[in-house]
Amino acid sequence: MTDQKEMEEAAHHVVSPVIYIIVGSTLLVLTGATVWASYQEWGNFNAVAALAIAVVKAMIVVLFFMHVKYSSKLTKLTVFCGLFTFLALVGMTLADYFTRAWGRW
Amino acid sequence: MSDSTAIAAGAHAAPDHGHEEHPAYLRHHFENVEQQADAAGFAMWLFLLTEVMFFGGMFTAYLIYRNWYYPAFVEASHQLNIFWGTLNTAVLITSSFTMAMGVWCAETRKQRGLVLCLVLTFILGLGFLGIKTVEYKEKIEKHHVPGFHYSLQSFTDPQSDPEIYNEYHDKPLALDMARHTEVYFSLYFAMTGMHALHMIIGIAILGYMIFRARAGAYTAGHVTFVENFGLYWHFVDIIWIFLFPLLYLISRHQ
Amino acid sequence: MSATIVSLPDQSTARIPKVNFITKENGLLSWLLTGDHKRIAVLYIISLTFFFFIGGALAGLIRLELLTPQTDLMATDTYNKVFTMHGVIMIFFFLVPSVPATLGNFLIPLMLGAKDLALPKINLLSWYLYIIAGTLAIYTMATGGVDTGWTFTTPLSTHYVNTNVLTTGLAVFIAGFSSIFTGLNFIVTIHKMRCPGMTWFRMPLFVWAHYAASILMVLGTPVVAIAIVLVALERTIGIGVFDPTKGGDPLLFQHLFWFYSHPAVYIMILPGMGVISETISTFSRKRVFGYTAVAFSSVAIAVFGFFVWAHHMFIMGISNYAVLVFSLLTMLVAVPSAIKIFNWTFTLYKGSITFETPMLYTFGFMGLFTIGGLTGVFLGTSGTDIHLTETYFIVAHFHFVMVGGMLMAFLAGVHFWWPKITGRMYPEKISQLAAVVTFIGFNFTFFPQFILGTLGMPRRYASYPPEFQVLNVFSTAGASILGVGYLLPILYLTWSLKYGEIAGNNPWQATGLEWQTQSPPLTENFPVTPIMDHEAYDYEWLEKQKEIEVPSVG
Repeated sequence: MTDQKEMEEAAHHVVSPVIYIIVGSTLLVLTGATVWASYQEWGNFNAVAALAIAVVKAMIVVLFFMHVKYSSKLTKLTVFCGLFTFLALVGMTLADYFTRAWGRW
Repeated sequence: MSDSTAIAAGAHAAPDHGHEEHPAYLRHHFENVEQQADAAGFAMWLFLLTEVMFFGGMFTAYLIYRNWYYPAFVEASHQLNIFWGTLNTAVLITSSFTMAMGVWCAETRKQRGLVLCLVLTFILGLGFLGIKTVEYKEKIEKHHVPGFHYSLQSFTDPQSDPEIYNEYHDKPLALDMARHTEVYFSLYFAMTGMHALHMIIGIAILGYMIFRARAGAYTAGHVTFVENFGLYWHFVDIIWIFLFPLLYLISRHQ
Repeated sequence: MSATIVSLPDQSTARIPKVNFITKENGLLSWLLTGDHKRIAVLYIISLTFFFFIGGALAGLIRLELLTPQTDLMATDTYNKVFTMHGVIMIFFFLVPSVPATLGNFLIPLMLGAKDLALPKINLLSWYLYIIAGTLAIYTMATGGVDTGWTFTTPLSTHYVNTNVLTTGLAVFIAGFSSIFTGLNFIVTIHKMRCPGMTWFRMPLFVWAHYAASILMVLGTPVVAIAIVLVALERTIGIGVFDPTKGGDPLLFQHLFWFYSHPAVYIMILPGMGVISETISTFSRKRVFGYTAVAFSSVAIAVFGFFVWAHHMFIMGISNYAVLVFSLLTMLVAVPSAIKIFNWTFTLYKGSITFETPMLYTFGFMGLFTIGGLTGVFLGTSGTDIHLTETYFIVAHFHFVMVGGMLMAFLAGVHFWWPKITGRMYPEKISQLAAVVTFIGFNFTFFPQFILGTLGMPRRYASYPPEFQVLNVFSTAGASILGVGYLLPILYLTWSLKYGEIAGNNPWQATGLEWQTQSPPLTENFPVTPIMDHEAYDYEWLEKQKEIEVPSVG
């Protein structure tokens, strides 16, 4: 019956506009941050920073705008599965490309 | 009952149905409204998973070629206007905010608020597409659209493009590396084009929703459509959240 | 074959129930605009059979050409088109939708005690997308065909052929969405619409298999969709993403293509494995051995299946390290399949086995899928793959798993649930004959191809060295027998629609909620929502049920 209760909670939870305002402003600030970061000379770290900021932005959109933080375990599992498969595609394909130049055994 | 009359006319076949027991929008193969809403939300999430994998293929291509042809990608990305890109990102984020507020209005049964939020989201979405059009037009004029008319001149001879050159002082690329800028633009147009297509579909659905919201369809307790569309809209926003740094912000320093 | 578990009602008084999903409404529109999962399943059965025979005719042409070493029946280009269209149609328009769209659509709500799938309109949309895609595929054939092989390998498909790559690509793209929507529907239904008491581990293994296949459909198909879009852009605008002269990598297409197409083979086989779980239990009168292991191995196949795709690319130019990793992972993915075969075998042990037609097909599956799967492990070993790839060994391998495995499972399922869908039994003797003929024809057709492959005959070649002719003639002879074996069911199943014996609710004395309601079922499946109070494959519970009359309408 916990599934049923979770389902009802997820269906009835209303996220307050205050949260939305905080999240929205954070997103705008982070956008500014990522633009600023691209003008800095951080070498390889530039790419890491850009991706990290993008990941944080995506996470708060998923958790708050898309209500995943207040959703059932199934929803969270679903999001995870999508991410996992995406990473498998990208990771294992890139693994081929990155190791091509490794020369002979 | 899942017979064709129910689909075609939305009417109920059995007159002695007992409608007091459940709302009219409950489809009969569901036990109750919660199950129906839950199933619909889950289905939307699964659909978004397919979209993640769909864009995933292009992100994979992008990561490979950025790694192989980094100098070409850097110089090609300088051709994108950072002001328009940042503005577009802000526009889309704001539209995500207005969409989230729209869902809140639907949940709290504020019909006028809902219509306002949907209209704002609609306008912001159109704004995004308008800016994209401006950007695309510039690319067309400068012969940076992959295909028959693609021109390497901005990359083999950066000084021929004073606006960009004064900002970034790019070095001229060797001919083979310059050719690889076409791969960058291919991915740029494929990814932003696919994203724009999803925006267009979203905006069309928004138009329909505004029309229905004004008739009170979503503020009587049946918020599923608005909620699930919100999920779609936020997803399109997330795609742009990644496209923006990957395409525009590869390296803006010298 | 004297013993049988078939138990039919008294034929002199038995009637098909007057109210059922077929008689509920009349008229073409009531079928074309239906939301009833059972009607949609029937629509799919008809369309699928149609495409199967087109694909089969193309196969016949291939085998006819290969009777002689020279290209005397058709030009080489034409031969390329024939095997390409055979592959495209058989894979995308027959195998991928076969069990899920027909038996899955029909049975999953019944097996779960639900009134319909979660999204009936999406279900109907799925069928329309399938029809549109199929029409496009036929149009492609009529206007010159495509000759790249079903794998659309770049840069051949993007730069070097003038044939209908775009139209075929579009057809596959649309068919892919049909598949995605079916899978999506199943996942939502299985999670959200089980009847009271139907826990995950009381579901029939048929449902578990479809659940796993649906995950693959939802997560894998979009990747081939984007691969096709990129090929289309490459062909029309020349974007350069697969073009070496512009810095692109043709191998990227293969990565994206096989990322789907390997899970696709599991999309194709898992539902068939679900059927086998049901038939093997029913015809051994025994619970499936190791239910949990079979259930989890279905999901394991789905998960591991995502990590092995580059074993189709060992010789294509991927790095040695990628070859190593993917070869290792391929060894892992064989394990869950093997677990299933062992568990089914143990189900047979000390069971009361009878040899009705579905069981004959099941035995055929067990043997042929094992051989096919084993040869898959041979191919997964990168060392042997280098010699065997792109030869007839591969052709034999995938036909053993797909035709000897999947198609036999499909036929087992069609025969097993035919009485439930139509209310009538098919004629037993001729159906058993057809099963045996199919098995013999299959072995004659495809076993020689293993030998041909190891001897070095390449695949996709219209002409070959004369020393290979004997085996090819064997193979073609087998194909003619196989054709007879596949034609017979069409004839007697159609005959049975009018003249078959009335089946009653549960002719096989099977467990499962679908057998506890009338044949054909009501539109809403059950007069009262069932409550699942027993484990799956509970034959003791079934014994107790026989003492209670099962109500039916009309």
